[in-house]
Amino acid sequence: MNLDTTNPPPKLLIKGLGKRYGDITALEPTDLVVNTGEFVTLLGPSGSGKTTMLQMISGLTEPTCGQLQVDGRDETTTPVHRRDMGLVFQHYALFPHMTVSENIAFPLKMRGFDAAKIRERVIETLAKVQLDAYGDRFPRELSGGQQQRVALARCFVYRPQVVLMDEPLGALDKNLREHMQFEIKRLHREFGTTVIYVTHDQEEALVLSDRICLMNHARVEQIGTPREIYSRPKSIFSAKFIGLSNLFEGEVSDAGNGRIVVSNPNGKFEAKAENCGPLVNGHATLVLRPEHLRPGPAGRGQNSITGKVSEIIYVGSDTRLVLSLDDGETVSVRHDPTADLPEMGASMTYHWPVDVAVVVS
Amino acid sequence: MTAATLSPARSPFRLRVGALWLAAPAIAFLVVFFLIPVGRLLFLSVQGDGGTLSSEHYDRLLHTEVYWRILVITFRIAGLTAFFSLLFGYPLAYWLSQMKDNRRNQMLLMVLVPFWTSYLVKAFAWMLLLGNEGVINRLLTGSGLAGGSLPLMYNEFGVIVGMVHAMMPLAVLTMMPVMSGIDLRLSQAAGTLGASGAHRFWMVYFPLSIPGLAAGGLLTFITSLGFFIVPAFLGGRQQTMLAQLIIVQVQELVNWAFAGVLATMLLATALVATWIYNRLFGLSSLSATEQTGGRTVDGWTRRIGFMLLEKIASITALATDHVLVRDRRTRILPAYSAIAIFFLVVPTLMVIPIAFTSSRFLEFPPPGYSLRWFELYFNSPIWISATVRSFGVAFATAILATLIGGMAALAIARSRSRWNGAIFAFMLAPMIVPRIVIAVGLFYLFAQMGLVATNAGLVIGHTVLSIPFTFVATAAVLKGYDWRLDQAAASLGAGRLQVLRLITVPLIRGGIISSFLFAFVTSFDELTIAIFVSGGLKSTLPKQMWDDMILQLNPTLAAVSVVVLVIVTAILLVAERIRR
Repeated sequence: MNLDTTNPPPKLLIKGLGKRYGDITALEPTDLVVNTGEFVTLLGPSGSGKTTMLQMISGLTEPTCGQLQVDGRDETTTPVHRRDMGLVFQHYALFPHMTVSENIAFPLKMRGFDAAKIRERVIETLAKVQLDAYGDRFPRELSGGQQQRVALARCFVYRPQVVLMDEPLGALDKNLREHMQFEIKRLHREFGTTVIYVTHDQEEALVLSDRICLMNHARVEQIGTPREIYSRPKSIFSAKFIGLSNLFEGEVSDAGNGRIVVSNPNGKFEAKAENCGPLVNGHATLVLRPEHLRPGPAGRGQNSITGKVSEIIYVGSDTRLVLSLDDGETVSVRHDPTADLPEMGASMTYHWPVDVAVVVS
Repeated sequence: MTAATLSPARSPFRLRVGALWLAAPAIAFLVVFFLIPVGRLLFLSVQGDGGTLSSEHYDRLLHTEVYWRILVITFRIAGLTAFFSLLFGYPLAYWLSQMKDNRRNQMLLMVLVPFWTSYLVKAFAWMLLLGNEGVINRLLTGSGLAGGSLPLMYNEFGVIVGMVHAMMPLAVLTMMPVMSGIDLRLSQAAGTLGASGAHRFWMVYFPLSIPGLAAGGLLTFITSLGFFIVPAFLGGRQQTMLAQLIIVQVQELVNWAFAGVLATMLLATALVATWIYNRLFGLSSLSATEQTGGRTVDGWTRRIGFMLLEKIASITALATDHVLVRDRRTRILPAYSAIAIFFLVVPTLMVIPIAFTSSRFLEFPPPGYSLRWFELYFNSPIWISATVRSFGVAFATAILATLIGGMAALAIARSRSRWNGAIFAFMLAPMIVPRIVIAVGLFYLFAQMGLVATNAGLVIGHTVLSIPFTFVATAAVLKGYDWRLDQAAASLGAGRLQVLRLITVPLIRGGIISSFLFAFVTSFDELTIAIFVSGGLKSTLPKQMWDDMILQLNPTLAAVSVVVLVIVTAILLVAERIRR
């Protein structure tokens, strides 16, 4: 290995980038690093600032503060059409007065490609999105899924280094959406492009992303791989927004041996201190995923909880049980498909290993 | 209660027939007072002395050079007017289309008031401004910028200024709805794909705005074609237009046949322009009731057009991207729009100080102020009777036009008949046929029916002109109407008339009231028909103004103009209030 080369700068480096509209903060100053070829998703509810962030990266919105670097170059104020980025719009924004081919040729024309090269590229890209026969149609003559593919083709055809996507699948039905997710992944892989993807759909984020940037209230809540965010949420919001979770709120005390205890009227629950974030006033919430609960009483290094089965929900691949505790709190449990289904109203005890629980403040 | 109201879905035939009947009064009215009179006028042009078919009148046209010249002048002035109205109106319409709804409605008044202000008031104001002793010349000589008076009036310059001022609001109002329908994300998308500001405009925005541009061009061209007020006052001999010639043929020479020939020329041109427009864009995009997607014609014209736009874009890109600083660019449009609105609004306001002058002359600035000209107006039986007549006629016209135009709109909205398109076009036809042609046709008809110089004749004529407005205004509100409410009312036991009275009409009240007010203003400002149909003691206010202006300009005219201005502005403000 050559020790002389310093690390190349990341594809995108966002430093303290923020946006205010008068008194309203659309995005608090935010940092984010995106590496070449990475697929990063900005995930969050509406109004969380994810679209603002995307628009500032694309250059459609000017930031109030902060800096954006691409390959180490400052591009904070580069006009939108001079950035080598592609943006796929939520409602596609295909030009209605141009044919499919003309739409796809547009960015190449703007970049001064010669006619022969344009023709070749357009045909090649049309084939990549399986629209070979549709070049001479107008966008309105295509179905929603086809229009979406044209939008993708128009973006990937000029091989931008960074592709930004703003809820591109929002207008499609569920089946088509899953198909297009696969398509987007394939294009990402084939072109090796860096992708920043905005969505409010947590499942979509889990399926597509290398890393997820979870956003809420105009700031970043947590950044990490889908696995990290799912298994080690850093806040109640993270725990609730991604996947199902059970939350036990209570007082925290140190149990020694690198253990802490969260106690509330339903019991005392141990957790590893290393799975615990910084605490406020000794008050904390223990997060437990439904699939971690197993039937039967607690053994060594395990916690347990007992309640009555109050709902049995069949969701196709799984069955979910809802357990009502004495104080009216409910706990979701993923039913083990190899075991017998309990009766409604039956009293059940479930246990879990101490080290799967996470404590957040 | 009939079966049709209870279960419209099960008796489509009855419903269709039932709904279309509502259009019958409007159709009958327009056939009798529009189609037949215009048709007869055209027929007169090919009738010889003995009532036989003859081309003698056309021969006269072909062999008289002066008529040829007038024909060419008319096309030239109408063409130039349309061109400049679009050129100067386009940025203003764009600016308005970018605004938030609330602010746009406020700013739109700045276009609507000049749009509805009487052409006579506007022409009068321009005479005050452009005359040898007018405001502009005084300012120029007073400040030493010009040695002597510049010839601003009684030439083509004066006519074009007056015409563009008169037609620009129409162009803006036609283009703006198309522009606000353009998805702004398309321009943004073009930006992210690498298009500069100039490319974004010329290759994406501009082609999408062409339907609006074409509609604006068509309407301003056709209206200018039959125009006579501005050329009569601001033009010289060299700017005589076809409509003026028609007036002379009818009023002074009583040569109906030759008037018919000239009317045919006007009408044929208007129809050819409309036909071309319809081929390219579809007639329905003329009214805001239809989505103006237009037809996309794929072929060599489109491709060549694109190549041309691409070249234009590249050239302008050089200019805008390198010469202009970014900050300065964003300020150009508001600054331009302010100037354009100034041009539309302020000249008309010139009549106000003149109306209050103490002088017997049209001096500016007035040497002193007084109310003497208003006193003269209010004490003059001629002016007052003309004003009262105008009010009465406008009121009757508004009721009649709203009723039959509204019923026709209801018919179209409720029916899915294949006749809809034809009825739609027929209702708009009085807007496309030049007014002077309708007026002369009606004059010929009324002369035989004894309706000349009667209020009834005026109401009928004005109703013909107002029906397109009331029809379109009502059709626009009906488009967003939820017909299930009618079905719900019927299922709750309301009869057909009760549904109309208690449910439909209250819910579309805004549209009905605004169509009433628009018809009122149309009639109140109308001159063309009044020139022929009213006269002597039966004059309307515009007719009285016209007669006075031809004789001699005097400050009373300014006082009358102020009265007209106040009334029209008040009506528009009321309409704007109600619409909200």
